[in-house]
Amino acid sequence: MDIVLRQGLIVGPTSSSIGDVLVVGGTIAEVGPSVDAPSGVHEVDARDCWIGPGFVDLHTHLREPGREAAETIESGARAGALGGYCALVAMPNTEPCLDNVATVSYVLARGATTPLDICVAGAITQGRRGDALAPMAEMAALGVRLFSDDGIGVQDPAVMRRALLYANPLGVRLAQHCEDEQLAGGGTMNEGEVSGRLGLAGRPALAEELMVMRDIELVRATGAAMHFLHLSTARSVAMVVAARAEGLRVTFEVAPHHFTLDERSCEGYDPAFKVHPPLRTGEDVAALVAALRRGDVDAVATDHAPHAPELKDLPFDEAPAGMLGLEHAASLTYEALGGAQCDPTLFFQVLSRGPAAIAQLRRHDAPLRHSAHGGSILAGEDANLVIFSPGTRWTVDRTALASRSMNTPYDGRALAGRVRATIAKGRLVVDQGVLT
Amino acid sequence: MITSIRGQSLLSLDELSRDAMLEVLDTAESFVEVNRRTIKKVPALKGRVVASLFFEESTRTRLSFETAAKRLSADVLSLAVASSSVKKGESLRDTIATIDALGIDAVVLRHRSSGAALQVSRYVPHVRVINAGDGQHQHPTQGLLDAFTIRQVLSERRGTTGLESGGELFVGLRILIVGDIRHSRVARSDIAAYSTLGAEVRVCAPGTLLPDDVDRWPVTVADDFEASLEWADVVGLLRLQAERGSGAYVPSLDEFTFTHGLTVERFASIRPETLIMHPGPMNRGVEVDSRVVDSSSAIVEQQVANGVPIRMAVLYLSVAGSGES
Repeated sequence: MDIVLRQGLIVGPTSSSIGDVLVVGGTIAEVGPSVDAPSGVHEVDARDCWIGPGFVDLHTHLREPGREAAETIESGARAGALGGYCALVAMPNTEPCLDNVATVSYVLARGATTPLDICVAGAITQGRRGDALAPMAEMAALGVRLFSDDGIGVQDPAVMRRALLYANPLGVRLAQHCEDEQLAGGGTMNEGEVSGRLGLAGRPALAEELMVMRDIELVRATGAAMHFLHLSTARSVAMVVAARAEGLRVTFEVAPHHFTLDERSCEGYDPAFKVHPPLRTGEDVAALVAALRRGDVDAVATDHAPHAPELKDLPFDEAPAGMLGLEHAASLTYEALGGAQCDPTLFFQVLSRGPAAIAQLRRHDAPLRHSAHGGSILAGEDANLVIFSPGTRWTVDRTALASRSMNTPYDGRALAGRVRATIAKGRLVVDQGVLT
Repeated sequence: MITSIRGQSLLSLDELSRDAMLEVLDTAESFVEVNRRTIKKVPALKGRVVASLFFEESTRTRLSFETAAKRLSADVLSLAVASSSVKKGESLRDTIATIDALGIDAVVLRHRSSGAALQVSRYVPHVRVINAGDGQHQHPTQGLLDAFTIRQVLSERRGTTGLESGGELFVGLRILIVGDIRHSRVARSDIAAYSTLGAEVRVCAPGTLLPDDVDRWPVTVADDFEASLEWADVVGLLRLQAERGSGAYVPSLDEFTFTHGLTVERFASIRPETLIMHPGPMNRGVEVDSRVVDSSSAIVEQQVANGVPIRMAVLYLSVAGSGES
């Protein structure tokens, strides 16, 4: 089915203008102030909406294989489409782990049956155990461009250095979960006054910052590229921004929960607010928001981490870490960027163009079997598009999400801005805010 | 801020007002008298059902709560963890739902996880939840009974009663809490009670056993233990758990005794009127020397005895609720 988007603000990498976008057969066919569409095309009214490249999530836990009660590739893709995503990078901490050709191929094959591009982050080490290297070259040959032991950082500096040296000539990027487990292990929330009062063991900011500091130096020593996952403290962000300015090949992401919620959210001991790295202080939240608004942030990534209710609804210290993200990330980013004052160029930079560059999903470097993401809205580009309505308000209802799980910390929260339509690989998968 | 626990759950002393605490203390005074009678029972909670759920080993607190409930004529449902379905993998939520289905007015909950009492109060909002110790968070009835005991002993010395003393007795009172503050729910409840009642609270511990950001607590931190002992009107000791002393937090139990144990030598230098408290169970020879515990300065037995009237007061106010007397 061909589609025409009418009279939206078309947001390019540097400038925006109001016009129409015609999509024919999976590709953008024509863009202009007013496009003549052939009869029979599906019209989407994009007035008062932004038209931009579909979002790319660098950090999604799709749980398949192994924990299909929490999420499947199919349900995760539906949640992603509703959130405006056209490409998801599936994290490797499944059961079994995505550390070999067989499991990576399985996820890619399952992903190909969904409307989105499902990419894979392979494990850096076998079984994510932090010692022996996983077969990165074999996985890279399948199109894997990011590698991570996410959930836990690579603790041993010798292993991390070896992994960087091995990855560098393969043209792939390592993505590190920065938390020193010797310092953070056993902790359940940010260490500080609140954790002390609540009697909960803390995960100190220091655990994250020491590993960020260490890995910046490993990047300097090896010349390899590294992506820092879900940075949560003011100092972590400042260190990576400074390293990037020095010319080191470092990028970083921030997660919506870290720039919208602080440690006081844990005061009710609701496990929905338990996440690693933990929700930090109000000052850290403010620093992340400021970094976003300055354009310092390479990517907003969800760390979408579904957990089945019977496994999440436990005493705080026993509950697993992680929260849902895909369906509300765009609204939270829009709000953090100033709501009505939000710069649409910056919005699409952090949700689409920035992450697409890090995952090597742009037109000139998209690996086999994926379409191109994060591009300009120009004729000839692959049609991965999102129509975002900044003026729409909605209220999160955890029972109404497409995800199989309900562990959102935003249940009942009113949000500004919502995805009206998502066009993934030329198909209209979300229209009027619902799956087609 | 909770201004009275009438009809309310008791989860933490952090959010309890001074008046709410004094109401419990004053109510407990009347139950002290009940406990001196030959027939130690009043019909205040007749027909009410109190479930006692101890998910963590405890002898004295459980016995104290169940005695309190029975003296108020409540029916007590007691869940023994060892024989419960918790061991079969049933979640806390399901266990509570099952007990609730039997028809209960209150739950007395002990759990090893911080926050468990608050979570349970969300699962069964129509049931009063009395926190009998949640992880390293709070042990509110211990904090109340410690305050009650201090008031009782000091009032007797002054030839008056706790009721007449009211809350004034606490104002400016110097209380030193020593030992493993970091992991202690008793310390958190004691500090909340003492500071809310108007006392001056000082803590003294090895650096590793102080809580994170203790400078933001309503206490002062003292490095000089000996000087603090001389300063204090009341010394509250805490149990040092053996695993904290195996090199993890302090090099050894002996070293803890060397730096922060209330030894006979240190005891000799403190003022004779200073009160020595301990919530039990004690590690004699670690945080406190046996001869100190057995001296007249120690009021550990009064603390245990006062557990019953305080818990009677808490159950009575919480379960009987407002509008009844």
